[in-house]
Amino acid sequence: MALLKTLRGLSSLLPLALLAGCDTVLLNPSGDIAAQQGKLIIVSTVLMLLVIVPVIILTLVFAWRYRQSNTTARYEPDWDHSTLLELIIWAAPLLIIIALGAVTWISTHTLDPYRKLQRIDETRPVPADAQPLVVEVVALDWKWLFIYPEQGIATVNELAAPVDVPIHFKITASTVMNSFYIPALAGQIYAMPGMQTQLHAVINKPGDFEGFSANYSGAGFSHMRFRFHGLDAAGFDRWVKQAKSAQGELTRADYLELERPSEREPVRRYAKVADGLFKAILNRCVDSDKLCMDQMMAIDASGGLGKAGIDSVATSAVSNRPYVEARLCTPADPSGLRLARNESPTP
Amino acid sequence: MSDHPELTKLIFGRLTWDAIPFHEPILLATFAGVVLGGLGVLGALTYFRLWGMLWRDWITSIDHKKIGIMYIILGLVMLLRGFADALMMRAQQAISFGDAVGYLPPHHYDQVFTAHGVIMIFFVAMPLVTGLMNYVVPLQIGARDVAFPFLNNFSFWMTAFGAALVMASLFVGEFARTGWLAYPPLSGILASPDVGVDYYIWSLQIAGVGTLLSGVNLLATIVKMRAPGMTMMKMPVFTWTSLCTNVLIVAAFPVLTAVLALLSLDRYVGTNFFTNDLGGNAMMYVNLIWIWGHPEVYILILPAFGIFSEVVSTFCSKRLFGYASMVYATVVITILSYLVWLHHFFTMGSGASVNSFFGITTMIISIPTGAKIFNWLFTMYRGRIRFELPMLWTIGFMVTFVIGGMTGVLLAVPPADFVLHNSLFLIAHFHNVIIGGVLFGLLAGITYWFPKAFGYKLDPFWGKCSFWFWLVGFYVAFMPLYVLGLMGVTRRVSHFEDPSLQIWFQIAAFGAVLIALGIASFIIQLVVSFMRRESLRDVTGDPWDGRTLEWATASPPPDYNFAFTPRVHDNDAWYDMKSNGYQRPVTGFLPIHMPKNTSAGFIIAALSAATGFGLIWHMWLLAGVAFVATLVATIVHTFNYKRDYHIPAEEVLRVENARSRLLAGHV
Repeated sequence: MALLKTLRGLSSLLPLALLAGCDTVLLNPSGDIAAQQGKLIIVSTVLMLLVIVPVIILTLVFAWRYRQSNTTARYEPDWDHSTLLELIIWAAPLLIIIALGAVTWISTHTLDPYRKLQRIDETRPVPADAQPLVVEVVALDWKWLFIYPEQGIATVNELAAPVDVPIHFKITASTVMNSFYIPALAGQIYAMPGMQTQLHAVINKPGDFEGFSANYSGAGFSHMRFRFHGLDAAGFDRWVKQAKSAQGELTRADYLELERPSEREPVRRYAKVADGLFKAILNRCVDSDKLCMDQMMAIDASGGLGKAGIDSVATSAVSNRPYVEARLCTPADPSGLRLARNESPTP
Repeated sequence: MSDHPELTKLIFGRLTWDAIPFHEPILLATFAGVVLGGLGVLGALTYFRLWGMLWRDWITSIDHKKIGIMYIILGLVMLLRGFADALMMRAQQAISFGDAVGYLPPHHYDQVFTAHGVIMIFFVAMPLVTGLMNYVVPLQIGARDVAFPFLNNFSFWMTAFGAALVMASLFVGEFARTGWLAYPPLSGILASPDVGVDYYIWSLQIAGVGTLLSGVNLLATIVKMRAPGMTMMKMPVFTWTSLCTNVLIVAAFPVLTAVLALLSLDRYVGTNFFTNDLGGNAMMYVNLIWIWGHPEVYILILPAFGIFSEVVSTFCSKRLFGYASMVYATVVITILSYLVWLHHFFTMGSGASVNSFFGITTMIISIPTGAKIFNWLFTMYRGRIRFELPMLWTIGFMVTFVIGGMTGVLLAVPPADFVLHNSLFLIAHFHNVIIGGVLFGLLAGITYWFPKAFGYKLDPFWGKCSFWFWLVGFYVAFMPLYVLGLMGVTRRVSHFEDPSLQIWFQIAAFGAVLIALGIASFIIQLVVSFMRRESLRDVTGDPWDGRTLEWATASPPPDYNFAFTPRVHDNDAWYDMKSNGYQRPVTGFLPIHMPKNTSAGFIIAALSAATGFGLIWHMWLLAGVAFVATLVATIVHTFNYKRDYHIPAEEVLRVENARSRLLAGHV
């Protein structure tokens, strides 16, 4: 890391530093993770400029000096090899890549989005007893749903977090791939249906920041934006209270309604959230006629249902065929095998 | 029609009048333009009685030189389409702020950016690269044609009909709205039930067969058909990079075919490879498509590297510095290009060790690439540089490409990629390497080998205009995108709220206009050069004081390329021959064994395209009949035993004598 520090000193030389004066959120973010990522951009660029700048200058100098009309320049038409030069031209990029490779290995591990935060910012480590704020994020067509399991609230297209408190995002999507990205806070991570990704981050400055989907997801993609509020502790409590005083609960039925494609959704708040909603979204069984993915996988893991397995995919509640319900799997019979074979519920 | 709905459905599938975009003024005007232009061309062909010539000498030709030229024409025509898409995007993003929504609703904008990417990669860069390899490689290795001449014609027509399907989507139905790699679940049947993705799949499948077969063909040609004395380490560098590119094509394109086939199964028969439910996994598609997609990048850039190597050495009048390390660098890049695909989706959530591995392998590629840049640099060192057009493109490339390389390595650092991924910084990066690398290389190659193909040089004035417009236009168009990327602006957005971004998009749009002028200058250059061809004429066959074998024969080369197969003693074979007092043989010719033209390639490719069209529109009758016809035509072709003929010795003598007279008159 000493290398990083010396290189950081060099960064002031950078033309990029000029850019930092503009509104380049990536180089002037407000969250510690994004700040480290921004610094990494500068460090890597400086490292590479060590070889890029000489190459550009040499190209122009050689092009000028060895132009055809300059007969005073030396001309050696058969000179095509020099072991020393060849060593240098392979070694120079190699050395830079060794340095950059080391930086990459270290920073990829320290800034791994799945890794619990070690520090609040450059000077403060995370207190040993600190619990992160958990936020469950769902990318819908084309809006964002945020569920706060500890606070028991949910919001659409609005996210808030207290300053200097680690946040643990658990992220999924309803139908297509999106990418959850708040440039001021931290780098992005994909939001994928049926899968959960994670992001650990912290916001250090209060403010109102922009968040959006960074992975094209269809017609409403351009407006799949939300605001992210960095609030002080009291402000965050007020924000939660405000949500709690909102009307209504986000039930499974409400979610299925919300899930339908729509654009430019206004901010919504829900005072309560149906139990296990995020888990149901993740396992694609909010519609309780559908078998949850984790249950399906559990059944498959224990050998599958054989022919009866076909029944479990019949999802229509109005069909006459038996279908497998979420309650199929019980603690006593986690795979649901016995029930599915012998006592398939008939509607 | 409605009397027999079953029959109508069997014949027309889901094609109805609604699929024709009567209500889209832009498309209607384009269509009118295409129809008028098309009628003009057809009329001219009829008027000048050129149909027979076109059919006999071009469409059915299996001469690698003519096929190469047809590939390049296809690439340039499609460049106009792909660039029109680019201009539309730049215009939309420059005006679509706040209350102004621009003129392209997402429904169109999303098709435009998808078509732009697909066309530029598959139907501009690939045909141009394949065309140059086709034209130049057999000449460089002293061969009379490629290893499988019929296959070459068939490959071209498969590519051309793939392009035709993409163009058809403009006027019949619509194109995919998924981005150029069509990630599921968005490209799955639930999110994209209409014909767009099917157009995407079948045009790429048909063109992909062409690309794969041309890869096999050139690979066999380079391995088996080199002139005596040309060992692997005496091959010209362009041939080396072509060899590596075709290795990549042969290894990578089957993956694309397979992944698109799996996607088709999901869409057509309800399998669940990449769906959300029932065990499907879209991440598998993303991995597979990039296992093809990353080598594809090197398929495009390696031939460009080869072109620059030829150009630098020729126009510096000097041996290429570090030939061996150039070759090793090429081979190392070829191998490493298979070990980096995951860097396209660090943000998918792989562990830190996996991400670091792929980040570091990506960076390692910059070592051989850097060595190549230094090799070109030291070829210039102590050279005598002639600033002809190909050399200008090369210097423009060296300065521009290293910037793109630098931003590329930056994107390979996973934590940096987390903030830059999918941003306009990424867009700026890959245009920086594709325009500054591949395109500059192809334009250098076209200007370099044009006199070989047509016997006269390209007009330098309009060429310089084209170069400067392209170079300056590139910087004006894409540097603002780097800045926007650092401001956290993501790609594929058709409308913005933040007015402070608008100025950057306006600058970028201006840059696109400059590039348009560059393209216009290039077209003017072709026309002007044709008009002035007598004053630009080169009768020597060696206008640039070249160093490799293609310059040893006439321009344009005779059908048989070389009357006698040359014997190679040096990796700059023609330079070596010239330095050692080579005398062109003028007597003692023998009959030359040559392959014969055939219409089978065109017919089979056309039937394949009809099959594809039927599958796109669910016209099961058409698809079935055309598919059976494709098979029948293929089998019938295998019974064609009249595949070759001999050019009599007298004919060779006549052609060579004509050249002798030209050369004598010239000196």
